[in-house]
Amino acid sequence: MTNSIRLNRRHFMATAVAGAFSLGWGASQASAAAAPGELGIWAVIHPDDTIVVRIARSEMGQGTFTGLAQLVADELDADWKFVRAEYVTPEANYASKRAWGDMSTGGSRGIRGSVEYVRKGGAVGRAMLISAAAKRWSVPEAECKAALSVITHTPTGRTLRYGEIAAEAALLPVPTTVTVKDPAQWTIIGQPMKRLDTVEKLSGKQVFAIDVKLPNMLCAAVAQCPVFGGKLVSFDAAKIAKMPGVRHVLTVDDHTVAVVADKWYLAKTALAELPIVWDEGPNAKVSSALIAELLKGGLDAKEAGLGQKIGDFATGFAGAAKKVEAVYSTPFLNHATLEPMNCTALFTPAADGDRVEIWVASQNGDASLAAAAEAGGVKLGAVKVNKLHLGGGFGRRGQQDYTRQAVSIAKQVPGVPVKMIWSREEDMQHGYYRPITMAKMTAGLDEKGNVTALHARISGQSILAYLNPASLVDGVDKAQFQGWAVDEFGYMAIPNLLIDHAMRNTHVPVGFWRGVNTNQNAFYMECFIDELAHTAGRDPLEFRRAMMGKNPKHLAVLNAVAEKAGWGTKLPEGVYRGIAQNMGYGSYTAAVAEITVSAKGELKILRIVASTDPGYAVNPDQIRAQVEGSFVYGLGAALYSENTIENGRIAEGNFDNYEVMRLAAMPKVETVIVPSGGFWGGVGEPTIAVATPAVMNAIFAATGKRIRSLPLKDQDLKRA
Amino acid sequence: MITLNINGQAHDVDADPETPLLWVLREWVGMTGTKYGCGVAQCGACSVHIDGAVMRSCILQVGSVGDSKITTIEGISATNSHPVQVAWLAHEVPQCGYCQSGQIMAAVALLAEKPKPTDADIDEAMTNICRCGTYGRIRTAIHAAADAGKA
Repeated sequence: MTNSIRLNRRHFMATAVAGAFSLGWGASQASAAAAPGELGIWAVIHPDDTIVVRIARSEMGQGTFTGLAQLVADELDADWKFVRAEYVTPEANYASKRAWGDMSTGGSRGIRGSVEYVRKGGAVGRAMLISAAAKRWSVPEAECKAALSVITHTPTGRTLRYGEIAAEAALLPVPTTVTVKDPAQWTIIGQPMKRLDTVEKLSGKQVFAIDVKLPNMLCAAVAQCPVFGGKLVSFDAAKIAKMPGVRHVLTVDDHTVAVVADKWYLAKTALAELPIVWDEGPNAKVSSALIAELLKGGLDAKEAGLGQKIGDFATGFAGAAKKVEAVYSTPFLNHATLEPMNCTALFTPAADGDRVEIWVASQNGDASLAAAAEAGGVKLGAVKVNKLHLGGGFGRRGQQDYTRQAVSIAKQVPGVPVKMIWSREEDMQHGYYRPITMAKMTAGLDEKGNVTALHARISGQSILAYLNPASLVDGVDKAQFQGWAVDEFGYMAIPNLLIDHAMRNTHVPVGFWRGVNTNQNAFYMECFIDELAHTAGRDPLEFRRAMMGKNPKHLAVLNAVAEKAGWGTKLPEGVYRGIAQNMGYGSYTAAVAEITVSAKGELKILRIVASTDPGYAVNPDQIRAQVEGSFVYGLGAALYSENTIENGRIAEGNFDNYEVMRLAAMPKVETVIVPSGGFWGGVGEPTIAVATPAVMNAIFAATGKRIRSLPLKDQDLKRA
Repeated sequence: MITLNINGQAHDVDADPETPLLWVLREWVGMTGTKYGCGVAQCGACSVHIDGAVMRSCILQVGSVGDSKITTIEGISATNSHPVQVAWLAHEVPQCGYCQSGQIMAAVALLAEKPKPTDADIDEAMTNICRCGTYGRIRTAIHAAADAGKA
């Protein structure tokens, strides 16, 4: 939901111009003539049997490069050992009116958003290969069978390798209708195939965008106004003109200055000496304390956008035997991808129209192309985009601010490629932060401990109000309620439910951070449900089960995690459990954490058990990897990370004061995959929602203390 | 001019002695396997070996290296054949891969010092940041590499 809108208004317009959306699997939709061995648009088979599968989405670690190749290869009846993958270029996608579909890689849609057309793309190839073989043998197609990259004429046992027939197959018309396999026929989908991108990552050979080297390339370091919304007034270039390697000092945009030098280290060193005058603007006095007051005001505000209403909260609450109220909060969070933002650009002036070429790590190749065209003032068709694997994305690289900056710099140094790299500090202080929110949770229980009414009032910043205000509905950010629908949190048995949002926006840019609003909302809901279970005097697992009878998929993952974790069995002295569950991005997830808290108040997480139902499991080992990573990313934030505002700017600059999860604090994650079939759910993001509440609920079990404000490092866990 | 011994080869570089080794490797020598992540020795993406000991090259001035032997990720093996690389591949450790050069350099140094590390040894030695969350597999792969080395 949230992630269907990734571009700010300016980009959205530019991208919309890029062509009508048309999903295809046939060559007729691509403008380029068929290459030798090209079967449709998704696969090319070479004479040596190598199969190149084209990938439109971006690889940022989540394994989509491999998973998408599996989808195509299975329908091709390929032998996996021949399969390679390569990116479709954004310019080819533009020229073909988006024949390869949406390049945007976010919202855990890499697989589930592509699955229909890429499987058809593979099936087209198989049909063309069989057709070509039948022609060569002058036999009916029905007598030919494809398996493991070989076509067999079943009556005679004759065979042809794909590599032997692909060139002939490529000359045939692309079928307009194909049928994809029934899941029972899958041989590659559902298998833990090895990733296609591992080998280069073991030897330093993988070229990330930050590693790009081009002839005559210069490097740029940038400084942006530290206060969001502030402007660049002036700088004294003469002061650093004679420093080693310095070539240019440039205005990049209204709030950014760049030093361009022979090497990035020299550019960065000179930039540190550059006198810069900023107009910090009206936000220079804003602090975290002021923002907290703003949000607190929203907790009881009369006006609020409606997310969800079932029954009548006030009536249900008035008659309750027991009443519970709690206020929760979460901070701003930077994505902190380990590869800082960077982009290399080359602006080439020409009489017949200027051109731009970029080398970029982007979660959205289409948007990078549009951003480069806009920043360069060139036609969309005059941009070439070299997509590199991302050194982390997590939602940050869906935005194209860094792409525009690189092109703006390159345009001022025409004919010379310029690699712009942000320092870690620049990256930390100029993000699109996970929005700050608070929640006042109020509920009533009857004498038996059943929930009769529940109200969640969220107060805080809206992502869509910042990135795409046109998508608000009557001023309401519907995506703010991600995780608050009954089919998401799963508790059918709440007769009176009210979820609303008092939008309280700040001057801090916000964006999509792995898991987006499910992070905050599931923390609020699943910890509060734990509070209610405690008030009712009931076991947290049993309490949850009793509320979700009509949601069998929620119940199934909850039961799976409970069974694997041994919920209810005796634990060693001092060890405590917590549990949480949620549905997001189309997948059902649950987790159990086992922890200890020392007398000094030190938390140790001993064990994590997680379950997930993504419908179909394309690559179980990569699902496990994403589940493992979700706990590292989610718990790192919950335990250690926060961005605070001082004098209008982000106070933290690097990993010394923006702490993240490290190996020693991370226990083994045991993942139970329970794919129930019939739907395609996401994998990269759903699990992060249950990481935090499972651990916080365990902390309550251990200490009796409710952690309602993150990160945990600001809390004292010492027993009273 | 400074002469460096990198992966057994001599490289002459015309860099200020205060330049961090990381940037000399990446921008003067052109070896980009060693990564920039923080610049303040927090993340370990820039880890290299100096005479076999793992160091964070982002805060190591090139002028202080002298004739010490520098080993980078490119010098670990020509064919991904080091037991750590083999274990990394077998256990599918990398996700985005950006931190992995540094992780592998830290793991290789750990195993050179302690061929059979305990979990506590791994906790102590492996302080590099991975944002994708490959820590569990790193631990598993280090144990596997240790077992392979022993066999």
